[in-house]
Amino acid sequence: MTAKHRTVSLKQRGFDFETTMWYFTRISALAMYLCAFIGLVGALIMGARTEMNLADLIRWTFMPAVTHVANSNVPDTAPWATLFWKVTGAVFIFFAASHGLHGLLSVIEDYLAIPWLRRALRILVLILTILMIAAGIYVLWTA
Amino acid sequence: MALKRNVNLVTGLRYQGKGPMLTYILHRVGGLGMVIFVAVHILASLGGGTAGVFLNTIYEHWLFQIFIFFCALFHVINGLRIVILDLWPKLIEHQREAIWLEWLFFIPIYGMAVFVIVRTALGG
Repeated sequence: MTAKHRTVSLKQRGFDFETTMWYFTRISALAMYLCAFIGLVGALIMGARTEMNLADLIRWTFMPAVTHVANSNVPDTAPWATLFWKVTGAVFIFFAASHGLHGLLSVIEDYLAIPWLRRALRILVLILTILMIAAGIYVLWTA
Repeated sequence: MALKRNVNLVTGLRYQGKGPMLTYILHRVGGLGMVIFVAVHILASLGGGTAGVFLNTIYEHWLFQIFIFFCALFHVINGLRIVILDLWPKLIEHQREAIWLEWLFFIPIYGMAVFVIVRTALGG
């Protein structure tokens, strides 16, 4: 006996917060792999001649900000404070904050069954996400 | 919204999901660890001052580095497995093999990083 799948086409389904965020979580993960990969390649180029240590390499991979390699043996960090790296970092912060704070929300909602509190939390997390993205990008660009 | 939990916490903790359940728990722990770390880190660099310097000394401690790198690396590798298996649902039947593969990537990379961190901490 084969059970027939009950599926509704995307158009008929309309907007659904959970489904949208389910897709967003996966797409933003892929975007962050790209950002981290760009960062990793950059760190390898940056530290190739000076034998940069592992901690600096990982720090640059996860966030390409010059303050992260300020105490390293990279002779001159100025060429690494370019618009390209700031934009990469800003994109990374955008995806990391929205992906991470939505993850926090979904963990809390797994253990929280009060409808109004869940709705309030969603709004709170949305506000927090916007604030954290703004704070992160501000710190990155003024560093 | 009908939200009723028919399973209490004790029963939930006794659930024997084995390998996949372990990755689920570690994924959550790792995710939460990173959210808290990154949020505090951004706020510390925004605020600066003595609190910022104090938090920086925590981040630079080798025990914290071992912990946060576990969070990040496991979340990254397990996340890639989730993305691949979710976007190509037919692969779900190979989930167990995928999890073995995941540990095969995780253990050498994490082991190498821990070795370097501990060696640096011991002044090498």
